[in-house]
Amino acid sequence: MTASTTEKIGGGKRGKGKGENPSSILLSATAEDHHIARLAAVALGLTVLEAAIPSPLPGVKPGLANIVVLIVLARYGWRAAAWVSLLRVVAGSLLMGSFLAPGFFLSLTGAVCSLVALALSMHLPRRWFGAITHSVFAAYAHIAGQMLIVYLWLIPHTGIAYLLPVFGAAALVFGTVNGIIAMRFMDETTIHHRDTETQRNAKT
Amino acid sequence: MHLPAHIKLGDSLVLLSGCLCTVWLAALLWQGGAADKAVIRSGGKVFRELPLNHDTEISVPGPLGTSIIAIRNRQARIISDPSPRQYCVRQGWLKNAGEVAICLPNEISVELTGGEKKYDSLNY
Repeated sequence: MTASTTEKIGGGKRGKGKGENPSSILLSATAEDHHIARLAAVALGLTVLEAAIPSPLPGVKPGLANIVVLIVLARYGWRAAAWVSLLRVVAGSLLMGSFLAPGFFLSLTGAVCSLVALALSMHLPRRWFGAITHSVFAAYAHIAGQMLIVYLWLIPHTGIAYLLPVFGAAALVFGTVNGIIAMRFMDETTIHHRDTETQRNAKT
Repeated sequence: MHLPAHIKLGDSLVLLSGCLCTVWLAALLWQGGAADKAVIRSGGKVFRELPLNHDTEISVPGPLGTSIIAIRNRQARIISDPSPRQYCVRQGWLKNAGEVAICLPNEISVELTGGEKKYDSLNY
């Protein structure tokens, strides 16, 4: 153990001296990695923004970061959405200082349950079901998972069932609103995209 | 603002069922048969009122002897009673508001109250 660390330190010094370290691990980030990181940063910004909004009941939050997740799901697929969502949870908890606190596990559970719901609901026929359906299902899965964790781990009392209608209504409202925002945003960007494309075509 | 164009048929069905689900949950959990108190009577007078959220056992004296009443998991029952036919003991757990177990020979009864009573035919 000590031998290897001294060796590493020695290696580092040598590397510094020569300006090149052959034993260093280089993490090469692909363009996709950068893209996911950028999207996760947007989600993170919304998380921080949302933390400033007062909430009448712990657990009732708009979940604005999920707008980003919904757009990523529609544009780049489930894998990218899962990356953005989970990166947001981990980095968000580091920013808020709640990493590995109960709140972190609650938001992690919510994110994982939402992603499962999204993975299932994204296969619904596109003709009839859009981002609003995805968003509402994800919101319900989010709160259901969290309530289960709260019941099994934090408050093992059936009394919390009295809060279910409140959480259910909040999930429905915020899920719908987030879905509509995501939908409108996607429409606008596609229109914008189309416009720039037609402009480019007109020029050439 | 062309909002309706965004909401597809399936979306509106999901929203509608979400609304119904929420209303159903509220009706089930807020008003329905959930009881919150057990009223124990002995000889026609209220012997004690116990909240259902604390698990307890209580002995109630009557003319024939003592009856033992238990509260567990928001339910109440008579565990033992000196009455000859044991009707009230065999009635088992009481869950909903309005349910009553009466041990007539020992003049003891347990009634769950709170919320809405499912039936009110057991008046005397």
